[in-house]
Amino acid sequence: MGKQPPVPLLVNGRRSDGRLPTEHRPVRMEVGVVSNAEGSALVAYGNTVILAAVYGPREVPQKHLELPDKAILRVRYHMAPFSTSEGRKSPTPTRREIEISKVIRTALEPVVLLERFPRTTIDIYIEVLQADGSTRVTGITAASLALADAGIPMRDLLVGVSIGKVSGTIVVDLNQLEDQYGEGDMPLAIMYSRGLITLMQADGEWMPNEINQAIDLAFKVAEKIYRLEKETLKGRYVESAITI
Amino acid sequence: MLSVTQERSVIPRLKQEIMRKMVEQGVRIDGRGLNDYRKLMIRVNAIKTADGSSIVALGNTKVIAGVKVDVGKPFEDTPDEGALIVNLEIAPTASPDVEPGPPDENAIEIARVVDRAIRHSGFIDFKSLSIVTGKHAWFLWVDIYVINHDGNLIDASTIAAVTALMNTTLPKVELDPTGNIIKIDRSVRAQLTTNPEKLPLTITHVKMGNVLLVDPTREEEDLSDGMYVVGVAGGNIVAIQKVIGAFTRDEVNYVINNSVNQYLRLRDAVLNALKNPSTELRL
Repeated sequence: MGKQPPVPLLVNGRRSDGRLPTEHRPVRMEVGVVSNAEGSALVAYGNTVILAAVYGPREVPQKHLELPDKAILRVRYHMAPFSTSEGRKSPTPTRREIEISKVIRTALEPVVLLERFPRTTIDIYIEVLQADGSTRVTGITAASLALADAGIPMRDLLVGVSIGKVSGTIVVDLNQLEDQYGEGDMPLAIMYSRGLITLMQADGEWMPNEINQAIDLAFKVAEKIYRLEKETLKGRYVESAITI
Repeated sequence: MLSVTQERSVIPRLKQEIMRKMVEQGVRIDGRGLNDYRKLMIRVNAIKTADGSSIVALGNTKVIAGVKVDVGKPFEDTPDEGALIVNLEIAPTASPDVEPGPPDENAIEIARVVDRAIRHSGFIDFKSLSIVTGKHAWFLWVDIYVINHDGNLIDASTIAAVTALMNTTLPKVELDPTGNIIKIDRSVRAQLTTNPEKLPLTITHVKMGNVLLVDPTREEEDLSDGMYVVGVAGGNIVAIQKVIGAFTRDEVNYVINNSVNQYLRLRDAVLNALKNPSTELRL
């Protein structure tokens, strides 16, 4: 609102970092990066780097929270104090982090077969190590990989993708600058092989037909990330077979 | 702070079956159709101590929004704009399962969705809140109190917040020639400018099986397989929040289009309720 970006967000069809509107930043994935965790993953979308670790299914420390017919998920999305480009981010959870933890939890709940592990908790910790926009969706991809790496039964892999609007154009995978100065922001989590959306938020101003366009683009990009997720998970076993 | 899977209230199986069967035939257990809102009553400025307020009853859900205005220093990246801060508390009066304490993730989520719907709508011209560029601007503090929880807190809260803002007045500020504040005269007031063409409202859908319905009661929320909120202002979408569950692309399309349609009905209901202030709503 009234905020002017320090550099133009779109010039001759190219974005501030040289990408095309439908171009995703390079995606990097690695699983099994925390030896103590049941499952873990490190995922980067460009300069956004997120670590996710999964513990459980295990006993619920606060007995009154356990459910008789299924496992509970306990999720924390958290930004490291050194992860932002501005000053130090206080480690105390902000309202933003509390909301994001909740929407990520409800994005993961339809994916995990919670009914297999009654009276237990599956804990998912998402740490933003370096933030350059799209942190919640990168975190979702990392959490999904960490859950799969932990061997927890899932209905599908989840892919996090962000869509945005800059200078009237629908773009994919917002960086920090576009997130801050763009006209709209729409993070999505997609169960790709099932065609289901488990996280969808939006702010800014959107015309109803733009939303359809945005979802189209998100599914197109999600396919590629989904394939990379599968390869990454398979790769782990190929690697261990070689080292034996 | 961990976000933890929440327990849902138990609804007797017989009632569950009846509710699910009925919605498949397009009727709800309280007699409403799938796109019908409950009775809406609004009473504005009943709170004399606030700079603007609104009590909203949506069926048995009851919320109060109170606006307090303050002069603050504008943010560095928007030196010629004021600010909007939305907070929400689910009072322990609201239902037997609410424990007193600071706002939990549910309260924070609702407040942030309402905030986004208002912020991006153009309903408030933030530049009109500037007093002296870079120095003084109005801060609008909107505090929403849920007094009784019978479902659809988000839509009721948005209605309360926007109708309170429509009835908010700003005190007169006297400045010296250098732009310092001499006096804030709370007895002389001017109406806060809002743009009724861009009135922001949220429309909440829940999914029961394959059926989507608006304005859920608490019971319908507890039984639902999904919840999806769309903020609409004029003809534009200004906020989206999937709250619970998984949605197909067709379902999302239906919900977006239906929200744009239902917005017109809900806006009429709000404007009507404002024209006919309720005498039933007491403090």
